Amino acid sequence: MIRIEALSLSIHGLPILRDVSLAIGKGQIFGLVGESGSGKSMTALALMQLLPNGAEITGRAHLDEIDLLTQSEADMCALRGNEIGMIFQEPMTALNPVQSIGDQVAETLLIHDAATRAEARRIARDRLDRVGLSHIGMDRFPHELSGGQRQRVCIAAAIALHPRLLIADEPTTALDVTTQAQILDLLKDLVAEEGMSLLLITHDLAVVSDMADHVAVMQKGEIVEQGPTAQVLGQQNHPYTRALFAASSHQPDRAQMAGRAPLLDVENVLRLYPGPRRGLTRGDPVRAVDGVSFQLHKGESLGLVGESGCGKSTLTRAILGLDPIQGGAIRLFGEPVTPAMRNDLRAGIQVVFQDPYGSFNPRWQVEKLVAEPFHLMAAPPPDRRDRVAEALQSVGLQPADMTKYPHEFSGGQRQRIAIARALITRPRILVLDEAVSALDVRVRAQILDLLADLQSRLHLSYLFISHDLTVIRAITDRVLVMQAGRIVEEGETETVFTAPAHSYTRTLLAAAPRLDIMGRTGTNAAM
Amino acid sequence: MLRYLLNRLISLCLSLVAASLVIFLVIEVIPGDPAAFMLGLNATEANVAALREELGLGGTLPERYWAWVSGMLTGDFGTSYTYRVPVADLILDRLWVSLPLAGYALALSTAIAFPVGLIAASRRGTATDYGIMGGTQLGIAVPNFWFAMLLVLVFAVNLQWFSAGGFPGWADPMAAIKALTLPAIALALPQASILARVMRSALLDTLGQDYIRTARAKGLSRRQAVIRHALRNALIPVLTIIGLQFSFLLAGAIIIENVFFLPGLGRLIFQGITQRDLVVVESVTMLLVFAVILVTFLVDIAYAAADPRLRRK
Repeated sequence: MIRIEALSLSIHGLPILRDVSLAIGKGQIFGLVGESGSGKSMTALALMQLLPNGAEITGRAHLDEIDLLTQSEADMCALRGNEIGMIFQEPMTALNPVQSIGDQVAETLLIHDAATRAEARRIARDRLDRVGLSHIGMDRFPHELSGGQRQRVCIAAAIALHPRLLIADEPTTALDVTTQAQILDLLKDLVAEEGMSLLLITHDLAVVSDMADHVAVMQKGEIVEQGPTAQVLGQQNHPYTRALFAASSHQPDRAQMAGRAPLLDVENVLRLYPGPRRGLTRGDPVRAVDGVSFQLHKGESLGLVGESGCGKSTLTRAILGLDPIQGGAIRLFGEPVTPAMRNDLRAGIQVVFQDPYGSFNPRWQVEKLVAEPFHLMAAPPPDRRDRVAEALQSVGLQPADMTKYPHEFSGGQRQRIAIARALITRPRILVLDEAVSALDVRVRAQILDLLADLQSRLHLSYLFISHDLTVIRAITDRVLVMQAGRIVEEGETETVFTAPAHSYTRTLLAAAPRLDIMGRTGTNAAM
Repeated sequence: MLRYLLNRLISLCLSLVAASLVIFLVIEVIPGDPAAFMLGLNATEANVAALREELGLGGTLPERYWAWVSGMLTGDFGTSYTYRVPVADLILDRLWVSLPLAGYALALSTAIAFPVGLIAASRRGTATDYGIMGGTQLGIAVPNFWFAMLLVLVFAVNLQWFSAGGFPGWADPMAAIKALTLPAIALALPQASILARVMRSALLDTLGQDYIRTARAKGLSRRQAVIRHALRNALIPVLTIIGLQFSFLLAGAIIIENVFFLPGLGRLIFQGITQRDLVVVESVTMLLVFAVILVTFLVDIAYAAADPRLRRK
């Protein structure tokens, strides 16, 4: 039993958590939901006493009889990994790259003197088998494993000593939807088997509605609503819960206006990567994109879904004329797309990327950032400033924002700037590469609205690339499902989602956690 | 792992061939006739011709290159024009001073830099950290010949713990090590300062990584997390610097060798240049290039040992 009472936290005087109280029963899954910066992770780190320097904490946090906040650092070291295990969001970086996975799992046992070296390795093997890695050797290194497998290793290390509480901080956010479903199943089984409590931290309402017995909704360091999952998500008493819920399944108003003229014509495209080195020769080339054909029409919104590594990004790079293709043809407005294509042709197709933090030069003012694509034009337009102001206004920002720097904006605003930058050359096609994936649900809903609005005003065509099925369903007319370099299914979005023809599409849809209107749960039953 | 080694070995051989070609061409071809150059302005034509004969400059370029390379491969580096002894013997004598000196200095600098870098990184932002950073800054800034003279003044002249210079040979190993101690310290100080700074920043980088947080969540104390997880990951940049430093120490000790009157490689090449003894210059340069390439090879192997990601590529 975990009891947190009136927990408040400030870091260097800045209040982070206010009066957080919650209780997690034995064998219970407790979902903690909220947007980034709401204090979810800080609550977990407070339980672990792994807070950053300058943290001041008041209140109580008990793990059964143990008062966690009064423990010495040495006592906490004995508790961490032993009574409380924790796994994190980024399985790619959460493991030490230079230590074998067996050693990393065994370390939990060794550090707590729970076993001899040989015994620890035996138990580690056993735990790795339990998390579904029986086919993976103990001497393998993290870089040889996939993201899902690495998260399983992290779980094995966290549960090696059968902790009473497991904290999972966004454990599946970085994973593909099918992998996410498997990891969530594993966590559920482990809770039932081990009788441990699980504190599941996530921004994804669908995940908690699927998993949790109890849920607490956090906003700005406070829990605004909590209770049994069905009740909280069903009744949605607090306005913030309602807002989150609405934003999660937000459907922007879109006008149907796809014309018949193909702006972008992709025909039987083949993109090869050199095969693996074998001595002085190379193996067969990897077919990253293999015989892909589709057309994008004027005013149409086309979705491209698939899991990481399926060739989405490779195809995107080819369409943007960044990489050469080895077969087939890509035509933009009737002209061939190649790395040597003319700049004014490039101006007609612009792209918005996922990361609103990494894609701007931090030392440039917004005016210069947004005006950058003008270099694609033979001569920059004389009304450059007006054009920038107009682009900023069209994405809901002010002309006065021109003199600011990127760090002065939030993630959502930065994504607006990225869209303004893409719009500045008045392109006819926007490629949106996971453009809303890094955003919180409410911000995501606003950006989706903005995109829908821009499309109807400017008659834009969208190629919307995402792994997020909800988003694809909300914003596209047609969808392409990509697997291992090939398009396995293509059709009207609603048809594909309600009556998927290909088995892979069905797997994807079944794996995606879904928020039902009543708030009660279930993975999609469209099998 | 075997393929990685083989790859590195092939690249080592190719580098050696390329380096030997460059050295050969630069010295034999570009400045005109080597024999005339060696004898200076007042040489008679007969003397030049005799020297050409002695140096084996009669053949075509490829023949001469082959003679030089195959000679080196069998241990025949030619005969020094000024010393009138085989260059191989000269180099071997000097190597017995320079190699132990470089190794000694490197061992000292590593022994100092590792703990110092570790302490600075784990007490980042504290007075200790600032003190260490200031100290290393000073260590880099102080010219090592000046520091060497200071050492001589204090430990040789005043305290008389060490002799002020010279090298007694390896007949008495203790005496030899004692003679190399002050020069090694003088060489090690700036190297240790640089290495400690690299160590500190590499460690700080790894300390911010997610796997350190994972380790802490498993119950490792801060100290255990540093020792067991951060240190090995911080090793790659540190190994790179150590490799560069060893190469530098082997040949770059000219000034320190002069301060302490040590008969090392640095002084040999310096004398070779001033006396226009191209046979010596050519051979010593090739030897140093060989040493640098060999060290790079060893560092590559050390990378693979430190980081499994490099092994199976």
